[in-house]
Amino acid sequence: MKCPLFIRRYRLAILALIAFILFIIFFPEQAPKASASLLTQVKNMFIIVPPIFLLLGLLDVWVPREIMIKFMGKESGIIGGVLAFTLGTAAAGPLYASFPVASMLMKKGASFFNILIFVGAWSSTKIPMLLFEMESLGSRFALSRLAIDIIGIILIALAIKATVPKKEVERIYQEAENQN
Amino acid sequence: MNFENILPQFITVLILIAILLTVFTADTISKLIGSETGFIGVFVAAIIGSITLIPSFVAFPLAGELMKNGAGALQIASFVSTLVMVGLATLPLEIKYFGKRITITRNVLAFVFSFGVAYFVNWMVSL
Repeated sequence: MKCPLFIRRYRLAILALIAFILFIIFFPEQAPKASASLLTQVKNMFIIVPPIFLLLGLLDVWVPREIMIKFMGKESGIIGGVLAFTLGTAAAGPLYASFPVASMLMKKGASFFNILIFVGAWSSTKIPMLLFEMESLGSRFALSRLAIDIIGIILIALAIKATVPKKEVERIYQEAENQN
Repeated sequence: MNFENILPQFITVLILIAILLTVFTADTISKLIGSETGFIGVFVAAIIGSITLIPSFVAFPLAGELMKNGAGALQIASFVSTLVMVGLATLPLEIKYFGKRITITRNVLAFVFSFGVAYFVNWMVSL
């Protein structure tokens, strides 16, 4: 019974596709733009996904668990946090690209707090983009945003760590094992 | 590593982004978050930033242009912050990796934090 399983797994995607088609039906003048936009997104996917998965493959093979645990595991202290932040901010990719990488780090044994720092850094600060942001929005804007983001990332990571039950954390680590 | 595993969520995300980018043109955005719009503008900017997912190298010049054309630094800072930190369109994928609870918590906190970012950046810029 392969067909129903397919529908179940892809039901969200199918819904989105229906929404897209409805959108084009109700706003036909937007159709060329919307289709071009979709094509761009698909193109982006082919550009972003392979490098990420290549990187993950390399990470998986080259970084033994012991090293990851030593540098970014629970007992790694400040070094772990700084490392997590550095990795996150150095990465130049959209938010959603951080999730598979975070998952791999989880599988390898990075601590939950460091994972949160990593995603936070990846999402808000982007050193490669800093100069560009300074140019477009002004250096005061970019640098002050960076400064408060560093504080915010830490605060948010602490808040999430404090409020999410341990069972849930264990569950997603298990999921990371299964995923990879 | 199995890409097919996350393919459904990925497809959903791509389609959502495509629709949203079509709707939110520069013109629409500037009408909604000009510098006169005050706190409402900040809130609207935060909502728009949360929903949209524009790559940084497109978003930064866009935001720069908006500021030149009348959007306030306050609103733009709110927009930029939520743009990069909050991802409504990417929720399906995030939930797949982190579960509902963490995903919602993180996005809500990032959303609220962006208001702080907006006022701080605006203050720094006006010094």
